[in-house]
Amino acid sequence: MRPLKETPSQTAGPYVHIGLMPGAAGVAGDAHELGHDIAGPDAEGPRIRIEGRVIDGTGTPVRDAVIEVWQANAAGIHAGPGATVEPGFRGWGRVATDPASGGFAIDTVKPGAVPGPGPGERMQAPHLSLWIVARGINLGLHTRLYFDDEPEANAADPVLSLIEWETRRATLIAARAPDNDALYRFDIRLQGADETVFFEV
Amino acid sequence: MTTPFYPRDPLRHPPALTPGYKTSVARSPRAPLIAIDPTLSELTGPSFGPGDIAPGDNDLLTNHARAGESPIGERIILHGAVRDENARPVPGTLVEIWQANAGGRYRHHRDGYLAPLDPNFGGCGRALTDAEGYFAFRTVKPGAYPWRNTPNSWRPAHVHLSLFGTGFAQRLITQCYFEGDPLIAHCAIAQTLPDPRGIEALTARLDLAATLPFDAIAWRFDIVLRGRRETPFENRP
Ligand SMILES: [Fe+3]
Repeated sequence: MRPLKETPSQTAGPYVHIGLMPGAAGVAGDAHELGHDIAGPDAEGPRIRIEGRVIDGTGTPVRDAVIEVWQANAAGIHAGPGATVEPGFRGWGRVATDPASGGFAIDTVKPGAVPGPGPGERMQAPHLSLWIVARGINLGLHTRLYFDDEPEANAADPVLSLIEWETRRATLIAARAPDNDALYRFDIRLQGADETVFFEV
Repeated sequence: MTTPFYPRDPLRHPPALTPGYKTSVARSPRAPLIAIDPTLSELTGPSFGPGDIAPGDNDLLTNHARAGESPIGERIILHGAVRDENARPVPGTLVEIWQANAGGRYRHHRDGYLAPLDPNFGGCGRALTDAEGYFAFRTVKPGAYPWRNTPNSWRPAHVHLSLFGTGFAQRLITQCYFEGDPLIAHCAIAQTLPDPRGIEALTARLDLAATLPFDAIAWRFDIVLRGRRETPFENRP
């Protein structure tokens, strides 16, 4: 059925920034950096910022990770061939964790609900798809970020509902700051007691 | 494009925990990955066009060199085709590469190896595949370099590659080695692969037919991304 086999993955290594974010790495100017703007100034919908850290199994921040974001626009549409999204909305971007603190920040717009899998017509709650690579990660990790101010949509989400260990669902839900409606907190734990749920997609 | 992908073959990719590669120990999830039904969030993905890259981005011999100068090292062409598991070309997809210079040193603040930086070498490039899925870079052959794994660990010469395809589920980062390098067999990262045929698939072959006489030796590296099933997938709003 499949005449060819997929090329195997290898770790992105410690110098991944040279290839994916050469501007941030200081190799190139910022002019051609890809993935700067997930949602440009003309994108519609509420603007949000997500701040967090990537943390390893010992509790140490992962200071050399790159996170890619893929998301729908505020109307729940992913950009791409045949899709109509507003100018300036790309829905894809990259952030690196800070080499000193291990923190990251994602600036974007809050996505809308997206049609769910299969013919059930169940909507997926607003979410970002995240892909994490770093030294020590052999195959890029897929996870999702949901929002804690969408409790009903989250409760009906077909992907969250698949997670048999209900207590682990919380690892995918970003917490809105008590004093700022546009700011969310989301940590990614690669291993340990509160290990983030990662998906085989 | 909302047709689901074939599932990944777990024997093709390294497992998360590979103790021989020590950094993986604290950075490997221990709970099993949760398999989800494909949704638009994984079946769609970013697309790229000529506006995303600049002319010459695929030429590492010149893209960070001073005018009239070029990096030191063995001049090579690294080229190949990107196809999917159904053997169909993947056109218009973004290929990004990064690598050490000919001495084995990366232009990165974390790399303190005593080999010198090359003022004419940045070590990164981009290309879009053409209608047949073909891509080509000009660069120098990277040097082997030491790394902190065991007290005497050396990476074989390698180029890192990043690929997209048409869906976020196809996202792939890998490394390309060079045929005949005796360090491959001793490399803890190459050896994370569970099946030696995987290492074969990551080894670029000398390609004399594409070699430019008195200019650059060619190495062929073909890439396979996940393929989509033949049957379309119902996904209505
Ligand atoms: Fe490397």
